[in-house]
This record gives sequence, C-alpha cells and structure tokens, in this order.
Amino acid sequence: MEDVFSHFDLVLKAFWLTVQLAVYSGAAALVLGTALAAMRVGPVSVLRGLAATYVTLVRNTPLLVMCVFIFFAAPNTGVLTGTPYLVKGVIAVGLYTAPFVAEALRCGVNAVTLGQAKAARAIAMTFAQNMRHVVLPQAFRASVPPLASTLIAMTKNTSVVAVFGLMEATARMRYFVNRNADDTILIFVLFAIGYIILVELISLAAVGLERRWKAAR
Amino acid sequence: MSGSVLYDAPGPRTVARHRLYTLLTAVAALGAVVGVVLFLDSEGELAYAKWEQFVTPKYVEALLVDGLVKTLQMAFTSIVFAVLFGVVFGIGKLSDHRPVRWLCALVVEFFRAVPVLLLMIFIFYSWGIGDGFGPYWSVVLALTLYNGAVLAEVFRAGVLAVPKGQAEAGYAIGMRKTQVMMQVLLPQAVKIMLPAIISQCVVALKDTSLGYYIVAPGLTYIGKAMWTEFPGTHLQTAVVLAFLYIAVNVVLTVIATWVQRRFVGERKPLEVGMTALTTQASTAP
Repeated sequence: MEDVFSHFDLVLKAFWLTVQLAVYSGAAALVLGTALAAMRVGPVSVLRGLAATYVTLVRNTPLLVMCVFIFFAAPNTGVLTGTPYLVKGVIAVGLYTAPFVAEALRCGVNAVTLGQAKAARAIAMTFAQNMRHVVLPQAFRASVPPLASTLIAMTKNTSVVAVFGLMEATARMRYFVNRNADDTILIFVLFAIGYIILVELISLAAVGLERRWKAAR
Repeated sequence: MSGSVLYDAPGPRTVARHRLYTLLTAVAALGAVVGVVLFLDSEGELAYAKWEQFVTPKYVEALLVDGLVKTLQMAFTSIVFAVLFGVVFGIGKLSDHRPVRWLCALVVEFFRAVPVLLLMIFIFYSWGIGDGFGPYWSVVLALTLYNGAVLAEVFRAGVLAVPKGQAEAGYAIGMRKTQVMMQVLLPQAVKIMLPAIISQCVVALKDTSLGYYIVAPGLTYIGKAMWTEFPGTHLQTAVVLAFLYIAVNVVLTVIATWVQRRFVGERKPLEVGMTALTTQASTAP
C-alpha cells in the first residue's frame, strides 16, 4: 500500500484521465444522441429508420468491439491514424453511448401526454411556443433520471479503453495490482472508491436538477 | 402522425414537403453507403482474400464453437449465479432487520457503482492467475457480482410491484413471513421480473467481451487469434464479431418482449435506474 501512497500522483492523474474521457465522451454522446433522438421522433421516415438502425446495431454491440473498430480497424484503412488515444477513446465511448442517450431522451418525449400538446394547440399556441413552454420542459424533466443512469454507466464504461492502452484509472489499478500482489484488495477498494465518488457526483447532480425542475403538480 | 406530441397531423402541403425530405435523405443515405463501400473497396478491405477465413469451415467452427458457445456459456452461467445473488440480496434489502438491510444495500450499491472491468481485473490478478481458478471463472465471478447487484434491485422492485393486498391476504390467513415471501410474493414477482432478467442477459453477454483483457475464452479471444493469424483483418473480424453479438442480442430482446407480452401484459416493463430519483428507466449501457 505504501507503493500506492508514495505514487499517489499517478492515481490522481489516472482519475483525471477518466474524468476527461467521461466529460468529452459525455458531451459527444449528448450531441449525437440528441440528433438521433430528433431523427427518431421526427416526421421523415428515412431518418427515423436510419436512427432506429443505428440504435439497434450499436446497443447490441459490446463497447470492446466498438473499440476494436476505432483503435485497430480504422487505422488499417488509413482513418484516424495519427489521432491521440484520448480522442480515439472519446470517439469510441461517445459513439457507443449516443444510442442510450437517444433512448433516454425519446423516453422523455414519450412521457409527455398527448393532451398537453393538444391543449397548447387549443389555446392557439404556435409550434415554437408549444415546444418551448409545454413539451420540451416536461420532456427534459422526464429524461433526467434515465439520462443520469446513462451517463453513470458511461463513466464506468470509460474503463474499457484501458484495454487499448490508455492509462486511466482501471489500467492504473492493474499496474499497482501487478506490483503489489499482497495488497490487491486495498488497492481495488481505493480505486473503487474513486469510481464511486464520480458516480455519486453525477447522481447528486441529477437529483439536484430534478429538484430544481420539479413542477408543482 | 397524429400520435405525436411534437407536431400536428400534417396537411397535404406538409405531407408533400415530408415526401421531399424523405427522398432527399434517402438519396443522401444511399450516397453515404456507396461512398463508404467505394472507400473500403479502394483500400482493398472488401477483397475476398480478407474475408476468406470466415467461410472456411475450420475457422467458422472455431468462431462458433470456441467463440460463441464459450461466450454464451459464460454469460448464462453468470446470469444463473447472478439470479441467486440477486434473490438473496434483494430479499436482504427488504429485510425487517436494519443491519441486514444496510449490509445488503451496501454490497449491492458497491458492485453496481464499480466498473465490471475493474472488478474483473481485480478478481483475476488476486485469485485467478497462476494456480487460481483462471480467466474463465474470473469473468463469470465478476459478471455475477455486477449483474447480481443489478438484479437485486430488479428483484426488490419486482417484489414491491406485487400489489400490497397479496401479502396482507397471506398474513391474514396466518402465513409466516417466509411463507408469504416464498408462496405469495416470489411467484408473482418472478413473472414480473422475467423480462428484466432476460434483458440483463444482453448486458452480461456484451460484458463477456471484456474477458479479452484477461485472455478469457470467448468471441473476442477467437477474434484476436484470427486477426493475429491473418494480419490486417481487424475490420473484417470486428464486423463478424459485431454481427454475432447483435444476432444473439436481438434474439434475446425478441424473447424478452414476447415474455413481457405473454406473462406481464400491458403493464410497463420493470425498470431500475442508477440514481435515487422518482421515475427510472433502465437505459444503462
């Protein structure tokens, strides 16, 4: 255990990389996921089909296979050759998480009852007003919990890029476990606590957001 | 389109406009597909030589028997154990005794918040390596703990979803706590939980791929062996692996939907989220 504490900067650096991966891939997944969700609830059937196909394909593929595409297969064809590993990791995790974000958002839109939109139309609200004041606020609020679950799962999933050579928290734990075979349990618990802190932060943020957006009913 | 909250049923002009968008996007999508195919062809990725191993009986057999079957074995073994784990800790979380409840909640929350890969690496390098129980059981144990923790939550929600009157009726005719749980609540809860358990199989199946890191058998192991034997075929191998995973998972999803319709009916699928919020959905990757 002294080995870990005397090299604690390595632990912090590893978690910093995990946080970076989570933030960047989270942003990427939110953007792409929102686009997918918009395509899925929109009126153009081809876009709906495309988005649904992407969601089905990616949701049923392991992240590890997605990483094989980004880290091994793409460079073979001359794409993403000189890209830093962090960027590749963000692309892989972002592409993988986007369909789950899309499903969470779609679940939010579906949670708004039809009567709400009809009532808005009945009092002559325009499409923009309807979206801004009636549908979207309710949809966002309803998608906070599933979205938080998705982002938490994504944060844990960033550990998969350890397999492909990024020295983030999981890879760093392996490094310490290999060097200190007698202390594996303590090292594991230390790194687990690190992840639990990250997970709890997202969870707290979600609870806060929901409370803030809570409507009087 | 009248079923959407986002827009009204379109009139004739909007329908015409949507038809135009549909045409344009179809052309664009087709163009993108053709572009990707042409690009891959120009890179020589579509050459028969790069795909030949996937129609060679010897390798197909390796892929299916040593890969897919092992992966399915690992996934289902861990789900079976995970259900046991989930039942024990799910009931524990519903216990009347506070220490039991807290201990179970602590265990469940811990394994739910820790990445599976972290767990897997820890288990493998602590007890799996050398004379230990090996990578196969390291994967199974890690997946058991993770999925068991998730299923414990599902289980708890399932028991709570049984109408209250059922347990009360049991107590009223003089049943004990265990009897109420085993004979009244459990049989009904299992029915409600079944779709969620099958969906969890999809998660377990996908996570077996992580065994790659600790050289456990399974699809990804065979995949690595194949792209090592045929250098430069990462893309082809990954496509085949993804296809196999998707095929199995789609079948599982169809079964889960069928079970949901057959045994649970119109009621919403049981869902468990990661946060302590009011409405939850299991969209966890």
